[in-house]
Amino acid sequence: MTTKLTAYIEGIGLIGPGLNDWASGRQILAGQQPYQSAKTIIPTPELLPAAERRRASNIVKLTLATSLQAIVEAGLQDENLPSVFSFSNGDGLNCHTICEMLASDDREISPTRFHNSVHNATAGYWSIATKTMATSSVLCAYDASFGAGLLDALTQVTVDGTRCILMASDTPYPEPMFSKRPIPDNCGIALVIAPQQSEKSIAQIQVSLTHDEAFKFTDAVLETLRIAIPSARGLPLLQLIAKGQANSVVLDYLDDLRLRVEVKSC
Amino acid sequence: MKPLLLSHFTVTSCIGKGLMQTLDALRQCRKTLKPCDFETVDLSTFIGEVEGVNDVKMHAGMTEYDCRNNRLAQLGLEQDGFSEAVNAAAAKYGHDRIGVFLGTSTSGILETELAFRHRDITTGALPEDFIYNKTQNTYSVTDFTRQYFKLAGPAVVVSSACSSSAKVFSVARRMIEAGLIDAAIVGGVDSLCLTTLYGFNSLGLLSTQACRPYDITRDGISIGEAAAFALLERPSADIDNDAILLLGIGESSDAYHMSSPHPDGLGAKIAMQQALQSANLDPSDIDYINLHGTATLSNDAAEAKAVSAVFNNPVPCSSSKGATGHTLGAAGAVEAVICALALQHGLIPSGLNTQEVDTELNLDYRLENQQLALKHVMSNSFGFGGTNCSLIFGLAGSLGVAN
Repeated sequence: MTTKLTAYIEGIGLIGPGLNDWASGRQILAGQQPYQSAKTIIPTPELLPAAERRRASNIVKLTLATSLQAIVEAGLQDENLPSVFSFSNGDGLNCHTICEMLASDDREISPTRFHNSVHNATAGYWSIATKTMATSSVLCAYDASFGAGLLDALTQVTVDGTRCILMASDTPYPEPMFSKRPIPDNCGIALVIAPQQSEKSIAQIQVSLTHDEAFKFTDAVLETLRIAIPSARGLPLLQLIAKGQANSVVLDYLDDLRLRVEVKSC
Repeated sequence: MKPLLLSHFTVTSCIGKGLMQTLDALRQCRKTLKPCDFETVDLSTFIGEVEGVNDVKMHAGMTEYDCRNNRLAQLGLEQDGFSEAVNAAAAKYGHDRIGVFLGTSTSGILETELAFRHRDITTGALPEDFIYNKTQNTYSVTDFTRQYFKLAGPAVVVSSACSSSAKVFSVARRMIEAGLIDAAIVGGVDSLCLTTLYGFNSLGLLSTQACRPYDITRDGISIGEAAAFALLERPSADIDNDAILLLGIGESSDAYHMSSPHPDGLGAKIAMQQALQSANLDPSDIDYINLHGTATLSNDAAEAKAVSAVFNNPVPCSSSKGATGHTLGAAGAVEAVICALALQHGLIPSGLNTQEVDTELNLDYRLENQQLALKHVMSNSFGFGGTNCSLIFGLAGSLGVAN
């Protein structure tokens, strides 16, 4: 458990309940502003052409918006960035509609609905929107999806010596699936991660595997959010970055395995 | 990249359960795609169904995972002594030093499709015995496999449509090179369901016959199901001459269209070139290409352009999908194992069902089996959303790696 993966955060995107972007979210997480839970506002996905904007599902809009925040902060708009997408469910509404149609007498699902059903649909739209031909790693690890995405992104950064953008997003299912998988709202985190320190670096992170218990927020509302939406399990890391003090935090990952992240400001 | 050893591998598809049946079927050019009689599906198409999946009983303590996909996964894990090999590796390295990285596109969605048919008439609620996270969730098959072996290392599902279980080799490579693990179970499991059958039908991509990759009259895919697994480790100094090594990986995105490949196969070309570069090989070193070869008009044309652009001289190639059907998220792992069998047995497997190769595609597409010593082979996997992966495998003995 001693292997440590070292990397540098260059850009952050954040959208979730009561968290409209990283600029305001960092003040809330640093304790400079109170956290007030509110329904997630998904902004217009500026990366998409107008026709696609109207048709895009929430998971596409959410992920592209968080990605754009992180890319702009890192000043990397024209880079051919390798990417990691980690979703605990995918597009819940699309899945619901397909299952509903397949249970009916008319099983003629539309071609668009079908190609939007693949877990990598968002990655496809993102690569088209950003004209990125580098690889995408498209992952799912149920509640461990944020940790799994972070770990995969860090292996790209440390082993292959490349910048990488992690996008971890979740959207709710409608009923009746909601009762089985009660994700209450949309939440996404994006991180641009680099192998070396540069003038763009915000923080250094060192990540290792641990059996220690995951960090819990003392603020009950934030803690409810962290547990309720898998991508929000990354919020404790964002809080350390927001506070700007050297410290470490244990992030939730798989049932018996978690991630220790040591954070230092740059 | 540093070569990785496929210390054990296995495959279960409609052409056979385990390596012996699969090799025999390839040698005999056995055709097992059949007219679709799956569940209540009323489509005029062919499927590749694994016999006996419904009869698989989940082991004690694993019944919550019961769905067609995990039944197929369990059936696959229990062929060729694969389970014993994983247990031996866990004893050698430690349970927390083995990762599980599997590819799937639909996971246990069939279970949800059936649950929707059985919604409560009054409340609309799904049946109480429907367990979302153990069956439908995309991660379910990795969760199942990790619990099956009681492993405690990193784990994830890659779900990038038809490149899923090729790209898991890349996830495992990085985890091993980073020093987080010593070995990884990689592979793919995808099973028949209504979503893919009706979905591909809506796109007009299902053939009404057994699929005919690279045929001049090809008209679409046949959907199959499969489970394929490999145990990846760092090669030791004393590996056998006929051990299979993963030598190169190339990955790219088309950035072109959600359900059509780049017409010139630009992303496919990048993936193949990167795979050659990471294996430190020239195009002339590749003795056989297992094509993605889905048998749709545009996919085969795009792949052929890409292959012609990368390889100056014609390379023997074929698609296994005429035998197994397109096993979607499992296809990359199935074809990786077929490549391993081709290397170990000096077999260039013929493409089945194809009558007349489309000469405009300008490939050395094989319609008959050939016995030929092979050193390096390439396997291509390209998916919806323009996600591409090419893998290169080689025999340890022919590379001077073995003693």
